[in-house]
Amino acid sequence: MQEKTVNHKAWFLVLPVLALVAFSAVIPLMTVVNYSVQDSFGNNQFFWAGLEWFREMLSEERMWNALGRQMAFSAIILAIEVPLGIFVALNMPKSGFWASFCLVVMSLPLLVPWNVVGTIWQIFGRVDIGLLGYTLDALGVNYNYTQDFISAWATLIVMDVWHWTSLVALLAYAGLQSIPDAYYQAAKIDQASRWKVFRYIELPKMMGVLMIAILLRFMDSFMIYTEPFVVTGGGPGNATTFLSIDLVKMALGQFDLGPAAAFSIMYFLVILAISWVFYTVMTNLDKREGK
Amino acid sequence: MADMTANPSVARKASLPRINSRLVVMTLYLVFLMLPIYWLLNMSLKTNSEILNSFTLWPQNLTFANYATILTDASWYMGYVNSMIYVVMNTVISVAVALPAAYAFSRYHFMGDKHLFFWLLTNRMAPPAVFALPFFQLYSSVGLFDTHIAVALAHCLFNVPLAVWILEGFMRGVPKEIDETAYIDGYSFGRFFVKIFMPLIASGIGVAAFFCFMFSWVELLLSRTLTSVDAKPIAATMTRTVGASGIDWGVLAAAGVLTIVPGALVIYFVRNYIAKGFALGRV
Repeated sequence: MQEKTVNHKAWFLVLPVLALVAFSAVIPLMTVVNYSVQDSFGNNQFFWAGLEWFREMLSEERMWNALGRQMAFSAIILAIEVPLGIFVALNMPKSGFWASFCLVVMSLPLLVPWNVVGTIWQIFGRVDIGLLGYTLDALGVNYNYTQDFISAWATLIVMDVWHWTSLVALLAYAGLQSIPDAYYQAAKIDQASRWKVFRYIELPKMMGVLMIAILLRFMDSFMIYTEPFVVTGGGPGNATTFLSIDLVKMALGQFDLGPAAAFSIMYFLVILAISWVFYTVMTNLDKREGK
Repeated sequence: MADMTANPSVARKASLPRINSRLVVMTLYLVFLMLPIYWLLNMSLKTNSEILNSFTLWPQNLTFANYATILTDASWYMGYVNSMIYVVMNTVISVAVALPAAYAFSRYHFMGDKHLFFWLLTNRMAPPAVFALPFFQLYSSVGLFDTHIAVALAHCLFNVPLAVWILEGFMRGVPKEIDETAYIDGYSFGRFFVKIFMPLIASGIGVAAFFCFMFSWVELLLSRTLTSVDAKPIAATMTRTVGASGIDWGVLAAAGVLTIVPGALVIYFVRNYIAKGFALGRV
């Protein structure tokens, strides 16, 4: 990295961003904080409630269940998408027309509006008109994502893998491209096996971008709303009611402002805490590589 | 960037079966990606009776009626227009405010810069569901509810941090000597930035704009919450149709296909930068 000069006047260049983000993030966030410590009996009359809502939400089964489902979902999709993405990246053509072709086709799912992703899989999985549902049904598999717990989860996981594995693959691919030939030649001289080349050359070089991929996938899967909402609507029962779905139900559906706000803040803090860990690891990796 | 085509070490010995396994893996993966999209396209070209009454792998009697419905009905195609308007507004705002900030981050140390940078990132982490209700109240109270600018500003929540990160990554690659030379030559900051610096990072600006465009285009929760009629995005128009009794599958599929088109068109131009953009300029 180039040496940076100390210049406090640079703050002026950051001001527009600060003003904009203050308007679009800080003010709304303060509203949430405000609601979380007050109670209302309608008519816009509010009473100080202290940490009551937080205590209530923490003792409520509903939030813990949603959190549990959310954790399970994020863990499962990370466990599938990261190895699969690396595997795909290792198998991609290195250059030429086919490399571009793969890049374009792989990016396509990333650019589909999230509710259309939901719609695509909603249709694709239907037993009567969808290719996937029809085929599974014809094979004698008991598959119905609106009624069966396992089908609903499987559909959402496959959908997320379809939607986002390419992101991991693209980042891993970019990491692989930055490895100089000399490394591979050295490995060849040492007669390193394929596994050793991967373990000691490719994986360390991919580590930086992989951390970003994991960070992005964790954040986005933890906030997932639209896709499961369109496909299963949180059902069957509450089987796929993730944190965001539950929160929107509470805030915009039932208008329970206090509990919803307390929920929001704890939700945000969980994401923040976990992301901070990833971020610290990421910047440390950056430093070690001397970027 | 090193190119690995000239890398003989790994493949040479068993080149034939290796290439084949690569081909198989990639083909399987790409087919997996394309099948659901193909199915949507397939359905959009069928009549509803064909969709519901017979199971066919491709349209038996090809029809463009579904697309005609959308492109002739204002309540449908205005959805696309609305989406386009707020997406473009958001992209312009995000990139415009992010440019000077990214320059400051890439060139200078200043008080609290690291904390500020992480704080910006936290906005990218904020779940939109948390912000849906406060946004609704904030924009209602200032009279911006159901306007394009409301959605554009709301999407700045995650797009401004993203744009700052991407642009910072690209700007780091420009040698500092260029700035210094320009100042010695008597350029003012503004003139230098617009005349010299911006052309140098043109590709970075393009990538940042692409990513703002993309994330604003795919987002639904906030844009749906903040609009009712006049600025209703296409995505929300679609969900309402799904909710109505007797879903018009053909039209729904056609609307879905039409939402994929803009992304598919621009993706070709940024294909080599997509990874860099997602890596927030850090590859």
